[in-house]
Amino acid sequence: MDGWLADLVAKYNYWIYVVLMMIGFYAMIRKNNLVKKLIGMNIFQTAIILFFISTGAKKGGGIPIVDKEQALAGAVQAADIVNPLPHVLMLTAIVVSVSVTGVALATMLKIYKEYGSIDEDQILERVKSDEP
Amino acid sequence: MNHNLPILVLTFPLLAAFAVNLLGKISKKHVAPWTLASLAMSSVASFFVLVDVLENGTFTYTVGGWLPPYGVQLVLDPLSALMLVLVSWVALIATFSALPSIKKEMPGREHLFFSLYLILICGMMGLVITGDAFNLYVLLEITSITTYGLIAMGRGRAPLSSFNYIVMGTVGACFYLLGVGYLYLITGTLNMADIARLLPPFYESPTAATAFCFLMVGLWIKMAFFPLHGWLPNAYTHAPAGASVLIAPLMTKVTVYLMIRIIFSVFSPYYAFLAHSQIQTLIVWAAVIAIISASLIALSQRNLVKMLTYVVIAEVGYMVGGVWLGNIHGLTGAIFHIVNDALMTLCFFLVSSAILYRLGSARFEDLHQLFRKMPLTLGVLVVGALSVVGVPPTCGFFSKWYLLLGGIEAGHYGFVAALIFSSLVNAVLFFRVLEIAFSSGKGVEPHGAGIAGRAEAPPLMIPSLLIVAFVLLAIGINAGSFLSHVIRVAVPSL
Amino acid sequence: MNVIDSLMPLMVIGAALLCVVPIILAGRKPVLRGGLTISGAVVVFALVASMLPDVLDGRVFTAVIAPVLPGAYLKLRVDAMGFLFAMVASFLWILTAFYSIGYMGALKEHAQTRFFAFFAVAIAAALGVAFSANLLTLYLFYEILSLSTYPLVAHDQTPEAYAAGRKYLIYLLGTSVAFVLPALVLIYTFTGTLDFADNIRSGIFPATTPPALVVTVYILCLFGFAKSAIMPLHGWLPSAMVAPTPVSALLHAVAVVKVGVFSTTRVMLYLFGVETMEALNLGIPTAYFVSITIIVASLIALTRDNLKARLAYSTISQLSYIILGVALLTPEGISGGLIHIANHAFSKITLFFCAGAIYVASHKKNISEMGGLGRAMPFTFAAFGIASLSMIGGPPVAGFVTKWYLFLGAMEASQIGIMVVLVISTLLNIGYFAPIVYRAFFASHDAADRLSGEKWHEAPLFMVIPLCCAALVSVLIGIFPGFLMTFVRGVFG
Repeated sequence: MDGWLADLVAKYNYWIYVVLMMIGFYAMIRKNNLVKKLIGMNIFQTAIILFFISTGAKKGGGIPIVDKEQALAGAVQAADIVNPLPHVLMLTAIVVSVSVTGVALATMLKIYKEYGSIDEDQILERVKSDEP
Repeated sequence: MNHNLPILVLTFPLLAAFAVNLLGKISKKHVAPWTLASLAMSSVASFFVLVDVLENGTFTYTVGGWLPPYGVQLVLDPLSALMLVLVSWVALIATFSALPSIKKEMPGREHLFFSLYLILICGMMGLVITGDAFNLYVLLEITSITTYGLIAMGRGRAPLSSFNYIVMGTVGACFYLLGVGYLYLITGTLNMADIARLLPPFYESPTAATAFCFLMVGLWIKMAFFPLHGWLPNAYTHAPAGASVLIAPLMTKVTVYLMIRIIFSVFSPYYAFLAHSQIQTLIVWAAVIAIISASLIALSQRNLVKMLTYVVIAEVGYMVGGVWLGNIHGLTGAIFHIVNDALMTLCFFLVSSAILYRLGSARFEDLHQLFRKMPLTLGVLVVGALSVVGVPPTCGFFSKWYLLLGGIEAGHYGFVAALIFSSLVNAVLFFRVLEIAFSSGKGVEPHGAGIAGRAEAPPLMIPSLLIVAFVLLAIGINAGSFLSHVIRVAVPSL
Repeated sequence: MNVIDSLMPLMVIGAALLCVVPIILAGRKPVLRGGLTISGAVVVFALVASMLPDVLDGRVFTAVIAPVLPGAYLKLRVDAMGFLFAMVASFLWILTAFYSIGYMGALKEHAQTRFFAFFAVAIAAALGVAFSANLLTLYLFYEILSLSTYPLVAHDQTPEAYAAGRKYLIYLLGTSVAFVLPALVLIYTFTGTLDFADNIRSGIFPATTPPALVVTVYILCLFGFAKSAIMPLHGWLPSAMVAPTPVSALLHAVAVVKVGVFSTTRVMLYLFGVETMEALNLGIPTAYFVSITIIVASLIALTRDNLKARLAYSTISQLSYIILGVALLTPEGISGGLIHIANHAFSKITLFFCAGAIYVASHKKNISEMGGLGRAMPFTFAAFGIASLSMIGGPPVAGFVTKWYLFLGAMEASQIGIMVVLVISTLLNIGYFAPIVYRAFFASHDAADRLSGEKWHEAPLFMVIPLCCAALVSVLIGIFPGFLMTFVRGVFG
């Protein structure tokens, strides 16, 4: 196998994060429908979550729930469990992302009430005709 | 120091946000006293924090007793304490104007508006004092989400502008988060001081460079650094007047502060300025382009508020450029300009919201004869205009002075020329507004004719207008002592 | 140098500023407001005059207002050169106060309270420029002056007045921000100070400063102070003549334009110093450069029929005399230049007062309509004649003193070219002033006047007396130049 291909396979999760991010980016820029834009945004955020989780992953690592006796005895090896911190951080990030999505959806409702459409081109046309 | 003082500064508005929401449901009478009282208390507390920090030096507060690097730390050095004072006082003054204008714009929904408003203030205060890189992301999103909400509460195009802001703002925040992720990848910690301690061996690694780029670009989006400014003008123009009077002066300035924080407390000036000097020059040139283009676009605006938003964008260029000049004068100028620009923008948006309150429009053609109707408001606008043009003894002159000194010291004459060009454009911009307000708009006018009734800003707005005009002059006249006792102390060492 | 720490300079400026408050409060009572303006002017003049004995003894007053930047203070200083200008400005404020009450009252102008209030601010700023101890303070007051005179220029609030006001601000504010501000920063970066030197020789630039930098700063300063109306930055002055005549008189014969040349000469003498200017050979080229303005402005003046426009171009030409004199860098030249600040002020204000009196009495603005008017208004035109003689430079009027010293200075510097310029410009002065006086006294009445059969009379006494006073002072200076020359000698230390 070629060097770069090995690289690609070995770090496939990071490559997927990049691909996901680009998909999200594309949707945010290219799509006219506001809902699609929002979905793109969510994909974008999810990509970052994947990135963070990947940083905590270890080959053969177990869940980070440790037996107290074992831990006190010093028998727990850091290499045996995945790093829990990125997971915790991502819980917060998910909360943030859900809130942003919520606000965005509410805003979109207001836009729909105002212009009767969630298509950007139609809205912009409406805006132009409203403003002399 | 009373060891809980810094957290109290944040707690007052946070608790008041809930109180305003609950009690405001019962009666709208509760909204104003709770909002004002909590902000007044945190303003006073923040002032004591600053005095204490200036006397006794940097102070770190460990939230909940969880020790770093796991727990969140609040860092109160002279710079962050200064920002804390700036945020709390600007917010307090802005509230005097926001109360009447929101009461008029969205009767019956004040309690909703002001709970978001208070959380936003709390978030900004947290942003300036946090010492944890991830906590900073969370607070950045707290301020952003509340800002989205506040802007979307406006009428007409406001929700649409807010949606654009959401998309752009989220991209910015995600970039920032990615940057933090890369830093975590190489240092394994999120505490800023800890990162700064562990990072130097990795300065050569591309991961550190990637992290730095993501952090910077993320913050540039959030601060509307040209050409990443697209979301700002419409968002601030269509937001309820009571929201933009708080957001416009503070949001961009707080983000510029965050950029300084990242450069100095997470990375080092050596890393940012010396190790990559071509990139440094490039960014100053980007600031030059930002200043010039934003000034030119401002010239083509026919709406006072929209014009002001482009002035804000141009000023962001001043500060980014000043920081990236990478010398002590430029940095002094940039930090001084954060304070001054916050006050100037506050002044402009106070004036524009008073005008919106009375006229319902801020388009140029509606401003004729405004000097007769609102002489005091426009008098305050004159002071703000002088400051933004950089006429001594208003404070704007002195920060511009340092930025110019920095530009010359760095040999970056493009930046010097851009500053002067933008001063001239600002002079034209504001002079045009004042001339329109001075004239009747009907061509020739007979002597003494065309008397319009006087309709000054509502009583709550007047003290805030006067205070901000006074402060602009007071800082200017006392610039020497203010610089040596506060700004110089706050400037991080290079 | 004998320095006194004193609040006097601050009090002078403060007194002029404080006049604004009672003027606004008395806004609805014209008589009281007029009285207040006059008494304010008298108080300010008295305060200035009270410093006279000390200044004559060679002492210098200083006052620090505020430390604004490390190494740069807002600081005032009264020395001989500043005192000369302050005395002239504050004395002429008294005359102008009387005159404007007559003028504004007779024409029933609108917004008179605004007019008098901004007038007081403008005078305060002009005094501030006179008393500035460093370039930063000077710049501060210079800008305040530009801004406070805008409402006076745009007083009529007609589109024409707005256009003139706009042009006025663009020229003055634009040049000061674009040229003086960078010059300030450059000087501060390379010398660490902005204070004027205490003599006219050394300047503040250390010998190690790169010459290219000094020359750059010099050019920035020369063009930055556009109030001195050196071509090609003179355009604002003729347009600003739409202002009411008292404004043109005081501001465009005394305060604004004189602040311009005062700033330019102050910078030339006290920032660069004669030695630096000589070493870098800056003086003579400047003299030749402003000679262009002297000649061209006079030629344009010849073509103008509107009296105020002709006076405006005459002002442009005369202002450059001052800079020319100083740029010769010889003692006689500098004396001639500096004393012309006073001489031109008294004579030109007489001319403007006359123009205003003619307008109030007959509503005539054009010279071609003024045939025979001198016979109806003998005092006005007599004063006009005297002041014209001063502009031309004939004895025994003030202008003669200037011309005398300028010729001596040019001879001392052995610049034949400059002498030729002075001769040509004198001839041109005769060319555009003599016909006015001749026509007024000896030509037949204007055809339109004869048809309507109207009889013209002198303007109100409130206007005629000040203009006669100003003319009288011109004559007195011409006969007894010694008093003013003491101050000029004070400049040489």
